[in-house]
Amino acid sequence: MLAKKEISSVELTQTFLDRIAKYNPTINAYIALDSDKTLAQASAADSRIANGTAEPLTGIPFAQKDIFCAKGWQTTCGSKMLANFVAPYDAHVITQFDNAGAVNLGKTNMDEFAMGSSNETSYFGGVKNPWDFDRVPGGSSGGSAAAVAARLCAAATGTDTGGSIRQPASLCGFTGLKPTYGLVSRYGMIAFASSLDQAGPMAKSAEDCALMMNVMTGFDERDSTSLNRPKEDYARGLSKVTGEQPLKSLRIGLPKEYFADGLDANVAKVVQEAIAEYRKLGAETVDISLPNSQLSIPVYYVLAPAEASSNLSRYDGVRYGHRAAEYDDLMDMYMKSRAEGFGAEVKRRILIGTYVLSAGYYDAYYLKAQQIRRLIAQDFTEAFKQCDVIMGPTAPSTAFKAGEKADDPVAMYLQDVYTIATNLAGLPGMSIPAGFSNGLPVGLQLMGNYFDEARMLDVAHAYQQVTDWHLAMPEGI
Amino acid sequence: MALNITDIKRIAHLARLEISEQEANQTLTKLTGILGLIEQMQAVDTTRITPMSHSQDVVQRLREDVVTAANQREIFQVNAPILGNGSIEKAVDNGLYLVPKVIE
Repeated sequence: MLAKKEISSVELTQTFLDRIAKYNPTINAYIALDSDKTLAQASAADSRIANGTAEPLTGIPFAQKDIFCAKGWQTTCGSKMLANFVAPYDAHVITQFDNAGAVNLGKTNMDEFAMGSSNETSYFGGVKNPWDFDRVPGGSSGGSAAAVAARLCAAATGTDTGGSIRQPASLCGFTGLKPTYGLVSRYGMIAFASSLDQAGPMAKSAEDCALMMNVMTGFDERDSTSLNRPKEDYARGLSKVTGEQPLKSLRIGLPKEYFADGLDANVAKVVQEAIAEYRKLGAETVDISLPNSQLSIPVYYVLAPAEASSNLSRYDGVRYGHRAAEYDDLMDMYMKSRAEGFGAEVKRRILIGTYVLSAGYYDAYYLKAQQIRRLIAQDFTEAFKQCDVIMGPTAPSTAFKAGEKADDPVAMYLQDVYTIATNLAGLPGMSIPAGFSNGLPVGLQLMGNYFDEARMLDVAHAYQQVTDWHLAMPEGI
Repeated sequence: MALNITDIKRIAHLARLEISEQEANQTLTKLTGILGLIEQMQAVDTTRITPMSHSQDVVQRLREDVVTAANQREIFQVNAPILGNGSIEKAVDNGLYLVPKVIE
């Protein structure tokens, strides 16, 4: 539409800003907005479109998860600790969107320091699921999720450490992708668990995600874990998955552990129907096993808090972030600043992390977890000898009611049971809308081998050509 | 691995988190639950398994030992915290950050 000059970026951006003004007070998807900055970018984009230097994302308005430092923007990570922090530099992801001529609509709400599965731990309040305002959008990328589902942006960025892109995508009915670890630079992305964090696209369709992947990926020397690989076009195969049986010869692995206890029966039904659709597209299914699946949760809840306790030790009230208003000595300043600046879930995880790394416990917990991590990764390597893509549910249930799991950390942690293993193994994972259960969205999860995002996007796109779940929109907004 | 209140207080101190008696008790309950979850790991035989921290076989990249970052102190100090203890000034002075005296 933009290329054909049917509408300008300024007009398109203004349309979204108007919708945000109307619905954000209720939905609470955005933490920071700055229409002057946003419209200035839209105007610049229109110039590029006019003089022929536009790229695919030029002029398109995106929501940015408030975990990315964006120069001159309040960047809070959903926390009181950084409530007044104005980022003095851009994250690599933000720079890439800027260079592509995209427009930044604002910073989205999220679970505090990305720790959560419902957006309920945010210092800035919860976010309403656009499909049912009494329910959560999922987390930690809850704000981005609600913004995509409620059409308060064209698409959004999220980050995924244990499922924080995929689970909200499932609960809010859109397409989300977590790339292979190392493909998207973490420079300027506020760190939670450095060996697990990865940024990715959250959008209406696989096609949109592919275009975003083309912008978001790429080597960045400022991230020591960034991988230097030849540039690829993630959309290159999309046009080929049409016609009769486009997925003939694709082998889809179905892990028995992902269809066992704990999975809501209606969600299982929707997922099975989606898989049946894939058979119609020509794919064959193979029963596989990921025997160490059960251990994903304990391993994650050792490793992630451990890495978080280390990463969050930088918040000491000295140079930035919250400092206590009253304190005696330096130790007191640290202890009060941190106790006041962090919310309950973040403190819990810092404490677990500190414990498992402390003298006498490191071997029994952290080291043990890293060993089991290798076993979990090996399960996938074995499985990918028998299949090309693995499928299963993304989340064990549909969106739950706000407050339902807030008092029980373990119940909340179990929301991530199907997504965590891919983070531990560093593999790419996607969630695509597959239908509804009692009016609430259900996501189908795709897991691929390392660097197989293009094929996964093709496989998702093929399904989106013959179904329209991904086009469904909540009513009334 | 059963925790008690003393453990919680010790860990909180290591993590530089002030914690009240009531919070410590609440945390003890929640943390005990989480540790119960983690105990499942002990049943697995991991003899001779190499720990995994990165999925790809990569090594730390090195670079030339030259200065590449510019001094941006002025810009960074915009985010300096408020001094506190009665003062509403920013905790900076002459380019330095102000903290309570450490050395007596």
